[in-house]
Amino acid sequence: MKKTVFLGALTLAGLAAGAAAAGTLDDVKARGKLNCGVTTGLVGFAAPDANGVWEGFDVGVCRAVAAAVLGDATAVEFVPTTGKTRFTALASGEIDLLARNTTWTFSRDTDLKFDFVGVNYYDGQGFMVPKALGVTSAKDLNGATVCIQTGTTTELNLADFFRKNNMEYEPVPIETNAEGQQQYLAGACDTYTTDASGLASTRAAFENPTDHVILPEIISKEPLGPLVRHGDNEWGDIARWTLNALIAAEEMGITSANVAELGAAAGGSPEVNRILGTEGNLGEMIGLDAQWAMRAIAAGGNYGELFEKNIGEKTPIGLARGLNAQWTEGGILYTPPFR
Amino acid sequence: MSREQLGFVRTEMLPESPPPLAATGLVKWLRENLFSSPANSLLTVVSVLVVYQIVTSAAPWFFNGIWDSPSLTACREILGGKVGGCFAVLTERWNQLLFGFKYPSDLYWRPGLAFVLLFVAAAPLLFGKIFPRKMLIFTGLYPFIAFWLIWGGPVSTPVFALLGVLFGAFVYSKMVKTSAGIAVIVSFIAALVFWIASGYLSGPFANVMALEAIPSRDMGGFMINLMLGVICVSLSIPLGILLALGRQSSMPIIKWICVVFIEFIRGVPLITLLFVANVVLAYFLPPGTNFDLILRVIIMITMFSSAYIAEVIRGGLAALPRGQYEAGDSLGLDYAQSMQLIILPQALKISIPGIVNVAVGLFKDTTLVSVISMFDIVGMIRGPILSSSEWNGVYWELFGFAVVLFFITCYGISQYSQWLERQLRTDHR
Amino acid sequence: MTTMTDPPKASFQLSMLIYDTRYRSYTFQFIALALLIALMAFLGVNLVKNLAEQGQNISYSFLGEPAGYDINQRPIEYDSQSSHMRAALVGMINTLIVAFLGCITATIFGVTAGILRLSPNWLVRKLMAIYVEAFRNVPVLIWILIIFTIMTAVLPAPNAFRGENPASSMFLDAAAFTNRGVYIPSPIWGSGSLVVVLTFLASVFGVFYYRRYATKLLYDTGRLLPMGWPSLAILVLPTLIIFFALGQPISLDYPALKGFNFQGGLHIRGSLIALWFALAIYTGAFIAENVRAGIQAVSKGQTEAAASLGLRPKRIMNLVILPQALRVIIPPLISQYLNLTKNSSLAIAVGYMDLTGTLGGITLNQTGRAIEAVLLLMLFYLTISLAISAVMNVYNNSMKLKER
Repeated sequence: MKKTVFLGALTLAGLAAGAAAAGTLDDVKARGKLNCGVTTGLVGFAAPDANGVWEGFDVGVCRAVAAAVLGDATAVEFVPTTGKTRFTALASGEIDLLARNTTWTFSRDTDLKFDFVGVNYYDGQGFMVPKALGVTSAKDLNGATVCIQTGTTTELNLADFFRKNNMEYEPVPIETNAEGQQQYLAGACDTYTTDASGLASTRAAFENPTDHVILPEIISKEPLGPLVRHGDNEWGDIARWTLNALIAAEEMGITSANVAELGAAAGGSPEVNRILGTEGNLGEMIGLDAQWAMRAIAAGGNYGELFEKNIGEKTPIGLARGLNAQWTEGGILYTPPFR
Repeated sequence: MSREQLGFVRTEMLPESPPPLAATGLVKWLRENLFSSPANSLLTVVSVLVVYQIVTSAAPWFFNGIWDSPSLTACREILGGKVGGCFAVLTERWNQLLFGFKYPSDLYWRPGLAFVLLFVAAAPLLFGKIFPRKMLIFTGLYPFIAFWLIWGGPVSTPVFALLGVLFGAFVYSKMVKTSAGIAVIVSFIAALVFWIASGYLSGPFANVMALEAIPSRDMGGFMINLMLGVICVSLSIPLGILLALGRQSSMPIIKWICVVFIEFIRGVPLITLLFVANVVLAYFLPPGTNFDLILRVIIMITMFSSAYIAEVIRGGLAALPRGQYEAGDSLGLDYAQSMQLIILPQALKISIPGIVNVAVGLFKDTTLVSVISMFDIVGMIRGPILSSSEWNGVYWELFGFAVVLFFITCYGISQYSQWLERQLRTDHR
Repeated sequence: MTTMTDPPKASFQLSMLIYDTRYRSYTFQFIALALLIALMAFLGVNLVKNLAEQGQNISYSFLGEPAGYDINQRPIEYDSQSSHMRAALVGMINTLIVAFLGCITATIFGVTAGILRLSPNWLVRKLMAIYVEAFRNVPVLIWILIIFTIMTAVLPAPNAFRGENPASSMFLDAAAFTNRGVYIPSPIWGSGSLVVVLTFLASVFGVFYYRRYATKLLYDTGRLLPMGWPSLAILVLPTLIIFFALGQPISLDYPALKGFNFQGGLHIRGSLIALWFALAIYTGAFIAENVRAGIQAVSKGQTEAAASLGLRPKRIMNLVILPQALRVIIPPLISQYLNLTKNSSLAIAVGYMDLTGTLGGITLNQTGRAIEAVLLLMLFYLTISLAISAVMNVYNNSMKLKER
């Protein structure tokens, strides 16, 4: 929307916007920026660094989509959202894409009317306890005080887990990960529970990460993925296939280092050629130009590179690939073919 | 009887002896003020003990404070087990506490300048007797200058906004002879039309004196608290006057609209209104509309405070003797004139302390926006700063800083209001 | 000679709607009504359009579905299989609990500080002024967070009470101050405890009756009965006698460290304490100002008149000043209670499960029913406010000075 007079914007917005409700893709192009919803701060997934630049695994997905659509990986406006505001922000159009550790569930997909475009991290809910507590299994947690982020699926899983095992617990509800971390470190709760990846990321920010262990039990399935509004399938396709392109790029061996070289001319592998737009017209089908995927991959690297750079074993967060390895390597990452 | 028979006769006055030690100077003051009765003495002793406790525990913490260190661990190492505050978090993160973590640091001068100019603009309003009335022109211009400085963008935006206001005022002055109420409505529509038209005109001016535009999402820290406080209070005073007049009105429909609005807003906590701004308001706007969160919050807080200010002003209106209204009528003034010339100046004067109270309360309430994931000063402390690995666990220094900032501002305002009350007192001088 | 007549009745013209003050008000009201309806229609149409676009609807059926989450402070029976409605009810009761506790404590703080601000003791006066100014001029949210931080970051974890040589120990072996809240002994109601309670209630009435009787006797005959120790005796003795006669039916359940936490006793959570005390201290500062203003509103002549009648200072306060001051103090006091109740919605900042935490927090998040949840939330607070306002109006009318 054109920037108008401050007060005039109030009325103009009401008048002008009522008339035109174009597709999200057109909106984003007209705006020149992608509005991407992220967490208020979870190191490794999405958090501002000391200069206020957002970094992380989820941020990488946003940047890839921005690069594919707008040709500029920095043309992203990151909107921090809490568990409470994230869905309203997406539903109201304040953000175009929500890349925020959001679990794909039946009701969110159907009742809340969103479309999950894929899974960028297969996760599960775990528990973190101080080593000094001497707990080795989640089954030992009877009577424990548990810090839990409200408004998440983990809250419901937790209730189910303790009910199923006939155990008592005392929930301490908290709003953000930052608060959970403070309460847990202060000893106001015995254990902190959230997605295992989130636990690893939280633990990485501790002064002494080795004093805390993540219990072996994973009590739920948490497929985390980016989502868009229901109903705008063109936009959903772009987000879905940008994510798929990142995953496929790893499988095909396309990296941020060699993407320019591979994309310069058609090479030996037909699928690589189709992804990078040197063969076929996939870009046209999706409503973008031929180099869309090339830009998305060049923005932050393929899925594997993003993983290693932000949350992989060499980072403080130190997550193993596990389920999130390619299907060829024992994981369950498997993209539909680019054809 | 001769003099010899008497043992002693005083012939000169005795010099005045000093009052007894217990009734003078320090001792007297102590006796009267601290030890006038056993109960009082006990209270004094207890108070002294309390003060002593607080001072002896706070002083080393304050004076041993470390002002320069990169993280809490480093700070604790420097302290080496001694009691002391890690004020380094303030020296390192002061910019985030004041401006939020995304406002470009080379542009801090813009909100800074706007803040300084705020005093220049407010001075003639606050101290009307000292500063020349001509400075009020600058006060009128200030909102537009401040908008331009803080948000940036081409200069045409605030200029057109200003022209719209002037146009509206011009229409009002032409229409006011007929009927003030109609003039208000028509001039408002005129300004609106002007703004909408100027929206189409602004294209060619897009680069004229353009400051770098800062989206409001990038603002944070104490700046947000100040902005919300100043903007919402100044918007809600005129609204509050209208609501108060509406509630006093003899027209039943208008009266009831105002009553329902005021009672509804005053009956719910601000936090629910912020929830509305955050998660509900979007449903009531045309599909595809997209306000800034800040703009939505400004709307809700303005509604909130205007209801409270309306009640204060209603109190002022009710306190005026009936004769004042009748005097206005008997002079043949119409409603607008008698309000403007007789009733409101008096009613507003009575209401000033109340309005200042509402303003201070509102300014404090701006911290609630941290609950809806805006990074004001409390949001910055609870979120990015306390969760960073460097400063996890620094509570008192940060909260202390916030407390000091708010205390200075609010205490200053309330002292001013008391001073003003004394100035405006027209009865027994 | 003519009598005064009405101005000639001109036939009605359309322009009179604007130019004639008699009809103009109709024009304005019509415009206002039209604008209001237009605004409502605008919002309503948008709402319908938005909901249709997102395929949603307004429905309260979610209230009957299982909530699925647990609540730590449950004054009534509740588990994760209870309905969202039940969760909201738990939240409501929790709101009322903290509001009730807060109002009582705030009154105690406020009245004490307000009277001490007028104390002849200079030091106490200054200290109370500092208290009032410090708390009035800093946002209540910051005070809530500060007290919550004291509760969680400064107090020891239950772990510190463990072992041979614990770092912390229980207060008098009965109460434990931990960073998860305070554990105090709670009574166990054995058989026959009802009798004890009834006896106690009866003694309370007995005390009132005795005091009234003594006052009447004083006024009627001038005989002064002792007040202090008989009241105390009536209050305590019968209850104690019954208590021991029935074989101590009421015993105390002491908290003890078992597993991860203290078990038994009454658990007052840190979030409740933080909210309760922050609200009480903050509101207390405002009440102190009201009390001071109320006392100062009683003219000095009243004090002097009472003193010249030979009343002692305490009696002057009780018999002359306070009855008059209360008339000034109580209306603002009630509106402070109202503020406190509304401010209790800040519970969300410390995770206290009041209505904003259950209905406006977790239920809203889990079901995504933002409009419905926020609407119910507002209705609840609105009902409380209107109820309190009604009480205030009744009070104001009954206290109105009956002047002849």
